[in-house]
Amino acid sequence: MSDLRNVSSSPHIRDKMTSTSIMQWVTIALIPAAGYGVFHFGPNALMLLLVTVASCVATEYIYEKLMNKPITIGDYSAVVTGMILGMNLPVSATWWMAVLGGVFAILVVKQLFGGLGQNFMNPALAARCFLLISFAGRMTNFSYDTFTGATPLAELKAGNPVDVMSMIIGNEAGTIGETSVIAVLIGAAILLWKGIIDLKIPGTYLLTFSVFMLIAGGFDMTYLVAHLAGGGIMFGAWFMATDYVTSPITPKGQIVYGVILGVLTGIFRCFGASAEGVSYAIIFSNLLVPLIEKYTVPMAFGKVKEKGGKK
Amino acid sequence: MATFTFKGGVHPYDGKDLSKDKPIAPYLPKGDLIYPLSQHIGAPAAPIVAKGDRVLVGQKIAEAGGFVSSPVYSSVSGTVKAIEPHFVSTGSKVNSIVIENDGLYEEAEGLSIKPFDEMTKQDILAVIKESGVVGMGGAGFPTHVKLSPKEPDKIDYILVNCAECEPYLTSDYRIMIERPDKIIGGLKVVLELFDNAQGLICIEDNKPEAITTMQKACEGESRIKVVVLKTKYPQGAERMLIHAATGRDLNSTMLPADVGCVVDNCDTITSIYDAVILGKPLTSRVVTISGEAIADPRNFEVKMGTNIAELIEAAGGFKSEAKKVISGGPMMGFAMFDLECPTTKTTSAITCLDKDDISEKPTTACINCGRCVTACDEGLVPARLAQFAERFDLDAFQAWHGMECVECGCCTYACPAKKPLAQMIRNLRRMVMANRKK
Repeated sequence: MSDLRNVSSSPHIRDKMTSTSIMQWVTIALIPAAGYGVFHFGPNALMLLLVTVASCVATEYIYEKLMNKPITIGDYSAVVTGMILGMNLPVSATWWMAVLGGVFAILVVKQLFGGLGQNFMNPALAARCFLLISFAGRMTNFSYDTFTGATPLAELKAGNPVDVMSMIIGNEAGTIGETSVIAVLIGAAILLWKGIIDLKIPGTYLLTFSVFMLIAGGFDMTYLVAHLAGGGIMFGAWFMATDYVTSPITPKGQIVYGVILGVLTGIFRCFGASAEGVSYAIIFSNLLVPLIEKYTVPMAFGKVKEKGGKK
Repeated sequence: MATFTFKGGVHPYDGKDLSKDKPIAPYLPKGDLIYPLSQHIGAPAAPIVAKGDRVLVGQKIAEAGGFVSSPVYSSVSGTVKAIEPHFVSTGSKVNSIVIENDGLYEEAEGLSIKPFDEMTKQDILAVIKESGVVGMGGAGFPTHVKLSPKEPDKIDYILVNCAECEPYLTSDYRIMIERPDKIIGGLKVVLELFDNAQGLICIEDNKPEAITTMQKACEGESRIKVVVLKTKYPQGAERMLIHAATGRDLNSTMLPADVGCVVDNCDTITSIYDAVILGKPLTSRVVTISGEAIADPRNFEVKMGTNIAELIEAAGGFKSEAKKVISGGPMMGFAMFDLECPTTKTTSAITCLDKDDISEKPTTACINCGRCVTACDEGLVPARLAQFAERFDLDAFQAWHGMECVECGCCTYACPAKKPLAQMIRNLRRMVMANRKK
């Protein structure tokens, strides 16, 4: 009986898409915004991006080696975390902040909770917030080259005029990856084209946020566009809110999640102490995901809702 | 209202070009024939021959073991060699009648039938029951049971399942091209049983020639029409087919008859024609032998009980190493560990793949991407159900509608982490069903 054949339970075929190829496409989609950041902010931006990526990958490798776990750095997830973290740093951040952020993201937020797929919070954003709290001065110093002014959002909050066109192109102060709306949208188009994300989360997020800001701004279109183009909302909506692991899997839940994100970002931006609110809105909403999923279990095909709602 | 498609589903590589232009060729068996007594859902058939008996083609060798059961007929003439357990393609050992073929093909007397005009509904059902016809698409549910719903007047549609959404399979396609009149004839027999029903021949839009042929064949038939469905797996799944063709929905607690539908596979319909009009019991079926590892992919008219290894040889054998040989298609078929198995009433194809996706692609962690949710035609969340399955959480599994799963395998196919989602869900469904029986 040596010529027995392979058996398996059906189905016996698999789609070509793998987790690794998804992560590779996300990496590719991040390149336009990262590239613009390097072009705009200069060599220090490139150094920071390389250090965050190296720090994330190295932390993952060392941890898994020490814990005798399979090495998963080949799946590109640590690369994506590193890139997103780097793109969330101001250009004036130092190399050791980048290293620290990478270690925190991978070790504390991702690996200690069980590695890929198990973290309850976006690792890159958690690390950004960790750095923001620990090194508030350096993390909110957005001066670059000879420019020492505030970000457009801070100007907006202070009631000063902003140049919307320049914000859309990205010729403004901010973190490395967030300034150019055009570059972010190119990346988003790649993700949509490859079917890696759909419009449910970013669409409802941006829509809810727009409605909120329209009301908060007294139906001033320029104010609304400035808020959509300024700060991390575009980058956050397309690349960070859509993080699979930390967003709901249920279709209705994704809509609810988008709405919560939009409202929270609006509240943080309008009433918060800082001009920005995307990062906090996303990590806060990450915590609500299990609850959202619990109440948005989809109705199965052919099932009629029983009277009295949820059974 | 008909939607012609359904939500979810996947588009695997279909491989139908390999065998779709190969006409159905009769194949005469060389070795012994094996007739498992359980080729259908329900009670096993009871043998009515003994070792040493001589049998003829079309002679009944086993009697139905109950109402939900089906008789078995010999497909050759020869001598009963043994009645002993044999492995079947699903991997289990089933008590079987082994017949040594004498190569003479002496025919027994056919089923006793009256001219069709003189038959009552009871007569038709009795002939179908006697002929051993079961659902030949794969499930093997005895057809006479399906055709005896409590209220036959409430059946509005008879759906002929010609979707053939499984990759590589072309047997239904060839039947439509070569035997359209038999499909129409068989469908008319079924329609005779249901006064208020309309016949719908459901075909996926990737088979334009079959659609034209069938449309031509049903010209002038007031009660029969062709429904063209979008090509997507699992279009041929009963619930999806009914939804696409009629817009009616059913769940796991319902039968198609509850929404006024009866679904029969296209080969089943032609077998009904053979039985009721020609008086021939079910002794053969069309089987596709295909896949990248097969030298000369073919469609054979195979006598029941024919050895599968023999069929593969008849299709030119393997041209490359067959990493996996599947009875049925790659989405829902059974992988066989041994080719020494008989063809049964439900063997629609033998698919021989030259690569094994399962052992070549390692499983990684779930990244919660939701592709399984998009792919699920039942609107479930397979990733969560699989998590519940991992920790045997039967309550959460049922609260998330796990029992609605039809095990089509779309989630497993779509999963980028290559997790065996459908398999894990299937496992837990079995546990829940076993608990319910307690």
